[in-house]
Parts: sequence; C-alpha cells; structure tokens
Amino acid sequence: MTDQLRGKSAIVGTGHAGFGEAHGLTSFDVMAQSALAALGDAGLKLSDVDGLFCTMMEDSMPALMAAEYLGIQPRFIDGTMSGGSSFVNYLTSATMALDAGLCDVALIVYGSNQRTASGKLVTASRPPAYEAPYNPRYPISGYAMAAARHMHEYGTTREQLADVAVAARAWARHNPEAFERGPLTREDVLGARMVGDPLTVRDCCLVTDGGGAIVLVRADRARDFPKPPVYVLGSAAQSAHRQISQMKDFTVTAARESGKRAFAAAGVSPGDIQAVELYDAFTINTILFLEDLGFCAKGEGGAFVEGGRIAPDGVLPVNTNGGGLSCVHPGMYGIFTVIEAARQIRGDAPGIQLNDIDVALAHGNGGVLSSQVTAILGSQATL
Amino acid sequence: MPNTKGPDQIFQRALAEQEILLPKCDDCGAFHFFPRVLCPHCHGTAISWQRASGKGRVHTTTVVRRKPERGGDYNVCMVELEEGVRMMSRVEGIAPGDVVIDMAVTAFVGAAEDTPIVLFRPAEV
Ligand SMILES: [Zn+2]
Repeated sequence: MTDQLRGKSAIVGTGHAGFGEAHGLTSFDVMAQSALAALGDAGLKLSDVDGLFCTMMEDSMPALMAAEYLGIQPRFIDGTMSGGSSFVNYLTSATMALDAGLCDVALIVYGSNQRTASGKLVTASRPPAYEAPYNPRYPISGYAMAAARHMHEYGTTREQLADVAVAARAWARHNPEAFERGPLTREDVLGARMVGDPLTVRDCCLVTDGGGAIVLVRADRARDFPKPPVYVLGSAAQSAHRQISQMKDFTVTAARESGKRAFAAAGVSPGDIQAVELYDAFTINTILFLEDLGFCAKGEGGAFVEGGRIAPDGVLPVNTNGGGLSCVHPGMYGIFTVIEAARQIRGDAPGIQLNDIDVALAHGNGGVLSSQVTAILGSQATL
Repeated sequence: MPNTKGPDQIFQRALAEQEILLPKCDDCGAFHFFPRVLCPHCHGTAISWQRASGKGRVHTTTVVRRKPERGGDYNVCMVELEEGVRMMSRVEGIAPGDVVIDMAVTAFVGAAEDTPIVLFRPAEV
C-alpha cells in the first residue's frame, strides 16, 4: 500500500471464537463463530458482507469453503496463502477492494481446531524436496537455525530469548482470554524440555484452537458504527523465500522492507508506535522483528528485550495480549496481531489496556520467516 | 532412469552414481541451489553442471530432539559450500550437539532410506 491509500479503510468490528480448546467444533465452525462475533461487534449482518478474505489449513479452496459455509456469495474474494501473515496482508487487498468499490463490507476471517483435532500444528504443505530427506521438524528447525545464527553473530543469549517468553506471559497473566496465565520465569523457560536447540518448548508458541475475524469498511462511513473506527494507515508486504534453506541471511528478515514501506505509507516512524503486536511463533521472532522494523539496531534485539523491557511497565509495550507464546496460537496467528492492535486503539483490550493509544503496529509472519507483512493502524485522531 | 533432462533429474541421477553436481549459470557465473531451469541471480537459462568440491562450512545448525525409542536426537544444519551455495544437510560422525557454526565439513553421498542424499562429515585437519 502507498500513502494514496492511507486511512481509506477502517476496522469497525473485531471478533474471535474457540480460544484454547473448541471441543466438538470443526475449524469452519470456529471460523463462522468468529465471523458472527466480528459482525455483531460492528452491528452488521452476514448478509451485508460482499468481500471475503480467508485462508485456512484444511482445504485447498478455503475462501470458497468459508463463503459456502457462511451462506454468502461475495463479489470479491482473496484467499492468498502466505501462511500466518495472510490476514495482515488482507488489510492491503481489502483496502484496495473497498477503495475501488469492488466491495462495501470486507470480512477477514480464520478458524482452526488444531489442538483438539490433532494436538499439533496442522499443515497442508508438503515438505520441500531438498529439505525433506534431512527430517527438519517444521517449523521449529528453521527458527532454531535462525536463533543459532543470531546468537553466533551477535552474542544473543538463551536468557534473552527466554525473556521474550517471560514478557509475553506477564502480559497474558492480565488477559482473561489468554490460554496460559500461570507464572513463568526465565529459569522455567531455560529449564523446559529442549525441542530444537537452542529453543525449549517455552520458546515455542502455543498449540491452541481459535479463530478471529475483522470487518472493514470505507473510511467515509467508518463513523456510522457502534465502535470507534480504527484506520489502516499503512500496510506492506515482502516475500523473501518459501523454504528456510533459501533464506539469504538467517539474521535479517523481510520485515526490514515491509516495515519501511508500511511506515512510509502511514507517515510515521517506529518512535510514534505506542503498541507493537508481533507474530511471535518463537522467541527469536520478537527479537528479529524488533530489529528489522527499526525499534532497535540489528544485533541489539537481545539487549532490547532483556529483563522486562517489553513487559508491562517496560520501555515498549510488545504483544500486549500475551502473543502466540501465551495467549492463543491456532496455526496461523497473524489475524490476532491486528485484532489486539485495533482493540488497544479502541480502548477495549481484553487484558492490560494501555492509555490513549492512537498508533499501533501489527506484524504478520508466514512460513519459515518467509513472508513478512506490516500494518500500522491509527485512531480518528491520526487522520 | 530413462529421462534425465530436468535439473532435478540430473542432480538425482548424479547422486545415484555417487557424484555431487552443482548447477552453475553460464551467463553470470554464479552457482545456485536447489537445481532449477533458470538462474535465480540473473535469470539466465544457460545452466551447466560442475562437480562440487565437497568443501564447506556449517552456516547454522540445530539438534532435533527426539525420544531415544524413536531413534534419538539428530542434527539438521545449513552448510555453505565453497562454491557459494547453501544446502540443508546433516553432519554425521559426531554427536549432533557437537556440530558448531563455522566448522569445516566435507560432503559425501549417503542415503535416506533408499534414496541417495548429500551428507557431511567433519573435515580432516
Ligand atoms: Zn546467472
């Protein structure tokens, strides 16, 4: 998105369903409950939706499956699959479609029952041919190798990685919607079962059920809805690779490019961001994205997160809902970065509500650090 | 194998004969991996094959933790070859946790079940 689209669309509804364990429900059930929750939040009905933005792990034509399930026949759909970043990416295509008059009510929606269905990450992907013979565990082996290289080049420590998980838990402890709310210390993380060196099971996101949904409309009618509108000030993507073995520099992600363009479109800089919602599939993600989005210099991410600096009452509020590490992680977390950023701006965050948030950042990651999408959201005051 | 025209087939066929071939672009001179019908650097389509030196260094590494009854822990790593390309592989002959970044390794053709694959062992000093 360029600055021509700045503020052209607004989020007027958010919703979620099936957090934690959605016993007896299919992924599409959770998707539909999420859609109803978001539309209810916006004071709209399913029959108002004419633009649908959806991908799921369970089907090769998930947007069509979702439309069919919901009983709607949308005139615009986007089912682009870039992994967990997809839903942040849809902010761009939804804004374009709304601005061009291709649809009037855009619904971004996702659902998963991976925890109760299988207990592990569900994926429709085949292992890549030149990686499969070595049996990397997807996706952790890729992130573990990124973490190992970051530690090697910059002296990042396992303690600093652990502090990311500890901070996420500290936020989650205040969030009644979060799945993991018990105490968590640095020692707990370091002493947990090693899964893929240097990452323990506490360096890894949760495996939960859950769905989320977002309703967007054109900015010119955004004030006609029950909740304060949250404007899409800028969003941008960069696709770097698909397989971890093709990642050019294991310590630098495409968030550097997506972030740069999202900030330019929104006309703000990292110093203006009051709440940062990052896709934290693993603790290394938070460090990489804080660096690549410009919140600190490359290599300084470890020190930046150390000792509660991104926890409540720290220097920068990061993953204020508890993130994928402690709140919810149903396979593709990206949509929840947008929902939490929007709720912080609206003032109805489920956990700690920060004071007077006007500008927040949501960042989606897809694949194995493959697709990076950054969005900057703002209140009415930022237009 | 009757048809060995495609880049993947050429690579696999060579492996089956215990030979590691790497694709190299005739136009820009750079190697690439995985094999494909074009050069990902300059997008030229004139690709030649060159025998790999087999010399490389571990670029990054992890240990996949697995229960002993399922076969135990094993190494997964990225090796940067002297030719400038990286491939996912495994260093054998030492404990998976002893594989470290920058360690010099030498390629050999091993097997995953019945399929020949590129593996590495620590380089002789
Ligand atoms: Zn070339």
